[in-house]
Amino acid sequence: MSYLEYAVKSTPSGFRKFLYMNWPLTLLLISAACAGFLMLYSVAGGSWLPWAEPQMERFGLGLAVMFIIALVPIWFWRNMSVLAYLGAIALLVFVELFGTVGMGAQRWIDLGFMRLQPSEVMKITLVMLLAAYYDWLPSYKTSRPLWVIIPVILILVPTFMVLRQPDLGTSILLLAAGGGLMFLAGVHWAYFAAVIAAVVGLIATVFNSRGTEWQLLKDYQFRRIDTFLDPSTDPLGAGYHITQSKIALGSGGWNGRGFMQGTQSRLNFLPEKHTDFIFTTLAEEFGFVGGITLLVLYTLILVFCLVTALSTRDRFSSLVTLGISLNFFLFFAVNMSMVMGLAPVVGVPLPMVSYGGSAMLVLMAAFGIVQSAHIHRPR
Amino acid sequence: MKNRQTKPKGLAHKRLPRRALILGGLQAAFIGGLAARMRFMQVDQADQYRLLAEENRINIRLIPPTRGRIYDRNGQVIGQNTPSYRIVIVREDAGDLDKVIAKLSELIPLNDDEIDRARTEMRRSAPFLPVTLADQVTWEDISKVAVNTPALPGVTPEVGLTRQYPSYEDFAHIVGYVGPVSDYDLSQINDPEPVLHIPRFQIGKVGLEAKQETALRGKAGAKRVEVNATGRVMRELDRQEGQPGADLQLSIDADLQEYAQARLAGESAAAVVLDCETGDIRAISSAPSFDPNLFVRGISVADYQTLTQDKYRPLANKTVQGTYPPGSTFKMVTALAALEAGVVGPSNTVYCPGYLKVGSRRFHCWKRGGHGTVDLELSLKRSCDVYYYDVALRVGIDKISEMARKLGLGVKHDIPMSAVAAGLAPNQEWKRRVHGEDWLVGDTANASIGQGFMLASPLQLAVMTARIATGRAVSPRLVRSVDGIEQPSGAGEPLEINRFNLDQVRKAMFSVSNSRRGTAYRSRIIADEFRMAGKTGTSQVRNITKAERAAGVIRNEDLPWERRDHALFVSFAPYDNPKYAVAVVVEHGGGGSKAAAPVARDIMLQALYEGTPPLEAYPAGDRERIKEQQKRLEGDRRPKARPDDKDRA
Repeated sequence: MSYLEYAVKSTPSGFRKFLYMNWPLTLLLISAACAGFLMLYSVAGGSWLPWAEPQMERFGLGLAVMFIIALVPIWFWRNMSVLAYLGAIALLVFVELFGTVGMGAQRWIDLGFMRLQPSEVMKITLVMLLAAYYDWLPSYKTSRPLWVIIPVILILVPTFMVLRQPDLGTSILLLAAGGGLMFLAGVHWAYFAAVIAAVVGLIATVFNSRGTEWQLLKDYQFRRIDTFLDPSTDPLGAGYHITQSKIALGSGGWNGRGFMQGTQSRLNFLPEKHTDFIFTTLAEEFGFVGGITLLVLYTLILVFCLVTALSTRDRFSSLVTLGISLNFFLFFAVNMSMVMGLAPVVGVPLPMVSYGGSAMLVLMAAFGIVQSAHIHRPR
Repeated sequence: MKNRQTKPKGLAHKRLPRRALILGGLQAAFIGGLAARMRFMQVDQADQYRLLAEENRINIRLIPPTRGRIYDRNGQVIGQNTPSYRIVIVREDAGDLDKVIAKLSELIPLNDDEIDRARTEMRRSAPFLPVTLADQVTWEDISKVAVNTPALPGVTPEVGLTRQYPSYEDFAHIVGYVGPVSDYDLSQINDPEPVLHIPRFQIGKVGLEAKQETALRGKAGAKRVEVNATGRVMRELDRQEGQPGADLQLSIDADLQEYAQARLAGESAAAVVLDCETGDIRAISSAPSFDPNLFVRGISVADYQTLTQDKYRPLANKTVQGTYPPGSTFKMVTALAALEAGVVGPSNTVYCPGYLKVGSRRFHCWKRGGHGTVDLELSLKRSCDVYYYDVALRVGIDKISEMARKLGLGVKHDIPMSAVAAGLAPNQEWKRRVHGEDWLVGDTANASIGQGFMLASPLQLAVMTARIATGRAVSPRLVRSVDGIEQPSGAGEPLEINRFNLDQVRKAMFSVSNSRRGTAYRSRIIADEFRMAGKTGTSQVRNITKAERAAGVIRNEDLPWERRDHALFVSFAPYDNPKYAVAVVVEHGGGGSKAAAPVARDIMLQALYEGTPPLEAYPAGDRERIKEQQKRLEGDRRPKARPDDKDRA
């Protein structure tokens, strides 16, 4: 099949591409974002400022970015993978050297109109690079040690850089997303078994390192783990966030307290109520019904991504779509586990809903790639 | 162009859909877990969490009750709550605190002490809580601040209620004053009410305000408010109104009180006017006095020192707290005790050579040459001491002491004022108990003329006089009604004293101020319907040595003030139908007839005429002088608005 034939036969061109977009997915994303605006309006005490309005502007920008990326053929993005990855690494180095310190961590580059978090960018570029790698790699080589070590290094380099910021949450997400992609690409399960065993060993080591000179985690990270294990020991100190978050969530009940009636979130009992803990507000004000609705929304986004991935015959498209959906899943799964007291507080925002510019933009760009894969899938 | 092609999935990639489905399955399982967890928390355990949330956000705040007002018997306001303007600052909003305070002090006068206190308070309290920078600010200053608020971030004028005493000095000793609760106050109270923990909450410190604190304070209300994690009030959920404090009506007649205060001005003195029929205290003034409003707003060190260093002791309430040897005013007690005991009859006489020898010691009469033959009437009229030495030795101290108690001396009267003294009407048992010594005959002689151990407060002397005048156990009443409920009258039961004996004593007291040679003849009342009976008293505060007596007793005018005699006078009027009993004590005033009797007479007339008496009530020779005096006192009493009212609202 010549290129010409391929292009004419299978791919819509020009603005006709809009018609071939994955519109249900787009609508789901818009719905999730709208839930976010509503919650940001509520936590600001019934005001579009300071959060809801900037968030809407960024979502508008994100939509535009998604459309633009969607219109560009998927092969272009595959070819850009290495460059994007190297660019993200460069940003991580830059942030290490010149980044803005905030909340005890060096994470942002101040661009003036927004703060760019390179670790967010890295989440997507890593997925892209690994997808491209396995697209390029003949499948019989997939499980050979040499060809396994290369992607492992590609994963570990940014992971350690992010861990150094320090941003435990994002580094775990990077590891999980990278590992997930390798799993999808068909790397032999024995490697995963070995890695899981190693992780268990590592955790044991980390815990043993506590209090010694070669302590591997910072004190605040250890404390977070402690309070995760038993938050009731220090309800006004380290365990305060989780305890308050659980109270807010639980007190929502079946129907919730009603829009703008969430006492916990409105009264500042909740920490980071507009970012990491926004789900608590939603669950408090809209109750179990509201929480489940958002969860269903997220699940549907995953389902549409899975359908796109399985329906395309292109390996890069499949892998990148699944990788992005896995990233998305990790985002909300970790965030929700965190606010429900199932995971330590690691600082992972709720995708599409939490206030935050770079996470939102990067996610929309990622879904742009998913859309591109959908539009430009070989038919 | 090779790179533009994407690789179609070959057979080699069969694994992808399978692994995607496995991963999808794991994700679905995790999502299921999240949903289950959500259900568990929000459905199964919702009630428990909701309870925790309620506890989290709801806080109970007290609403301070409005303090009860105090009125005189005619409804004139004596203690009230006035809006007070204060300037508060919220640290959080102020930004640069020093700059704001400096700017503020350019606009209005600020007290350095207050600023220091405000700074300490700010360091201790949450940054969003308002702290008072200046209290009792004038309306003008408040306006200045209000106009300039844009330039003064965090500064706001506020209005609250504060205690105010519109009659200034006149009621200071009766009503006392309120002040902010101190740590000391709290430590004195068992289980203090929560309202007392409100910063700067005013409670009674002294006087009626302190004694009737519970009635005046009322009950605090409460409001349930929603607070955030830092304690800032977000909104009010509901409120339960408290109960304002009870209004008190005093038995005092404000006009009479004001007059008495003005009449005593310049002396260190006390005067009590008692209503013989009800025991109502119509006036009870102690001079000099002080402005209780100074204490409400927090008295300055300088002002306080002026008050404490004054030798006339303005802060002491001489009417109930001050006890004095009653001197000759006690002679009615000795006389009654002797008459009741039957050791002497009204017409029995005693010879007074100027002294009485008791054992080896001579007890002198105030009159060096003696009074010659004296009977009861003469002994009171001329105030012969020897007569009383003589009859007292016959009746004994225990009977005298008993009579004193019967007439209200040596017992503590239950009135809601601070530091009410019990005085002292000693007997043999008392001396043994307190001094560990036997009672001596000489002690009886001293006690018989109200010297020695004998001590009485002006209030007790007034009660004694009222009891002699009426023959009933009149007891003083200061509060007529609480919250509109009439308090029990102090009229009292008839005393177990022979009417005839009482009449004899009263008749003698009549002569004191109505017969030409009576000690208080110069201070008589001419008006027939208001004839006054009384008794002078001059009590020594020093011992007169033998040598001095031989050389001639030094005249009071030649002694330093604090060594002069106390001047006393007790009286009741009208003689045939006693309405008022008046007791006056002028500290170190000299002779009772000269220093105390005229004051008592003037106050008595003021009470009897319910206002300025006509000059016809006075002896003709005094009228010019009295006219002058009335004019002067009118002038003293008129200026209600003090000059210092203007700068302090």
